[in-house]
Amino acid sequence: MSTKPHIDQSLVKTEEMVLNMGPQHPSTHGVLRLKIHTDGEVVSKIEPIIGYLHRCFEKHCEHLGYEQIVPFTDRCDYIASMHMNHGYALAMERLMGIEVPPRVEYIRVIVGELQRIASHLVALGTFGLDIGAITPFTWMIRDRERILDLFENLCGARLLYNYIWVGGVSHDLPEKFIRRTKEFIDYFTPQMDEFDQLLTFNKIFIERTADVGILPPDVAINYGVTGPSLRGSGVKWDLRKDEAYSAYPELEFDVPVGTGKMGSVGDCWDRYWVRMLEMRESVRIIDQALKSIPDGDVRAAVPKKVRPPKGSVYSRFETARGEIGYYIISDGKNIPVRLKMRSPAFCNLSVISEIAEGWMISDLIAILGSLDIVLGEIDR
Amino acid sequence: MDFANIKKVLDVRCPDLIDTDGDRPSIMVKPESWGIVSNLLKTDPDLTFDSLMCLSGFDLVEDDHLGVAYHFYSMDKRHDLEVIIRTPKENPSIPSIANIWRAADWHEREAYDMYGIIFEGHPDLKRILLPDDWEGFPLRKDYVQADTYQGIIIKKDKTYWK
Repeated sequence: MSTKPHIDQSLVKTEEMVLNMGPQHPSTHGVLRLKIHTDGEVVSKIEPIIGYLHRCFEKHCEHLGYEQIVPFTDRCDYIASMHMNHGYALAMERLMGIEVPPRVEYIRVIVGELQRIASHLVALGTFGLDIGAITPFTWMIRDRERILDLFENLCGARLLYNYIWVGGVSHDLPEKFIRRTKEFIDYFTPQMDEFDQLLTFNKIFIERTADVGILPPDVAINYGVTGPSLRGSGVKWDLRKDEAYSAYPELEFDVPVGTGKMGSVGDCWDRYWVRMLEMRESVRIIDQALKSIPDGDVRAAVPKKVRPPKGSVYSRFETARGEIGYYIISDGKNIPVRLKMRSPAFCNLSVISEIAEGWMISDLIAILGSLDIVLGEIDR
Repeated sequence: MDFANIKKVLDVRCPDLIDTDGDRPSIMVKPESWGIVSNLLKTDPDLTFDSLMCLSGFDLVEDDHLGVAYHFYSMDKRHDLEVIIRTPKENPSIPSIANIWRAADWHEREAYDMYGIIFEGHPDLKRILLPDDWEGFPLRKDYVQADTYQGIIIKKDKTYWK
């Protein structure tokens, strides 16, 4: 098991060195710059410098009609665009008081859980890649490709879907979609066991991640860490259960939490393991949803003009990375006065200085990989 | 607890420091009393707001005021609260809560970045999303876009399309 390196200051003369990791660095998952203060190879402080991908999302929103914002939300988290669409649609529906047909809710859940699997596959694959396991990455990307094929069949796009609209979805499920999704699930379930054999219980992987970068639950909550990173610390908190929306109350699933199986609760391996278990839960949800999907018109509740009443709403939604919050202030016109996106990875990244302190630089790579950040939504 | 009960608790613990805005379920606090109220929200055994979900600045133009909306949640008691603080646009200043909720650290920097609201007592208040030498605060409604940034033309050049 890994332990924090110990340096006896009386024996070695050391001085602090500042090291820049990024903005172009393979393991920062995008254009993130980490200003690392190091003592030898031990990290003493990290200043994440973000904003390289800032595209003025919130400023753009103040000049766009509500329905035109949906494609912009896609671009924020390009790994899990479906969740961004859904979170925004949910906020708008709460603001406008729209009741969505049950078929739409089920479609949203199915595509949302497929998206969660796709996103976790990228997260886990790149996490393995960061610490030297190349094969799992290619296997996971191969399986993610099947989900992207399903989405391409569904709405024509592989990454940026613009699929979930305010009050509905853009198209009904295509012919054969349900059959193909079932085929995918039958294919994917045994694959997860293979991932476990290949990466999860690999001795080298466990040595690199167990007991590394422990995130205590109270620190996680104080920093606003959410999603699998929070659940990895043993906090049973999932908006799909605790503030259930859409069709989730009618579906059965568990919320996996970190238990310190290989080391301590809240280490990198726990965060990895929670994502692995969540994929199994997602498969369970999709399986149930496919069986009980009702009929109906998917555009029945889509408003002709999206013009919410005067007021404000704060609505949150569980994405693959954590809670996305939309704070929308409306003055009754067709464009928002203010639209703030509380991005999950933004808060998740802010904790890195706290948990990486005292670890080696090579462990920092593992810690950053386990937090699963997407720079598009951090910088917006 | 629902909003009415939270309001009752706050009315007892810190009378005269909080206010409501019409019938909206949110409390209004003056910047000068925010230090006391924020401590209370975190430490009071009936409230225990341990999680800051969101902190967003806003500019509603109407009366030369900027505002900040805080959304709190209590993981323990499972209730939430919206707090709104308004501060004059001339000299916007609000006490920082970054030492109570660490999540506020980056969010306050973002609100400073976009609206120029000074959070008193923040450990490291500087721009976060925009470059350090950016001029102006872009999400203010009276923001005028500069022509160039370090020699780079910002405005869209449409002559090419004609």
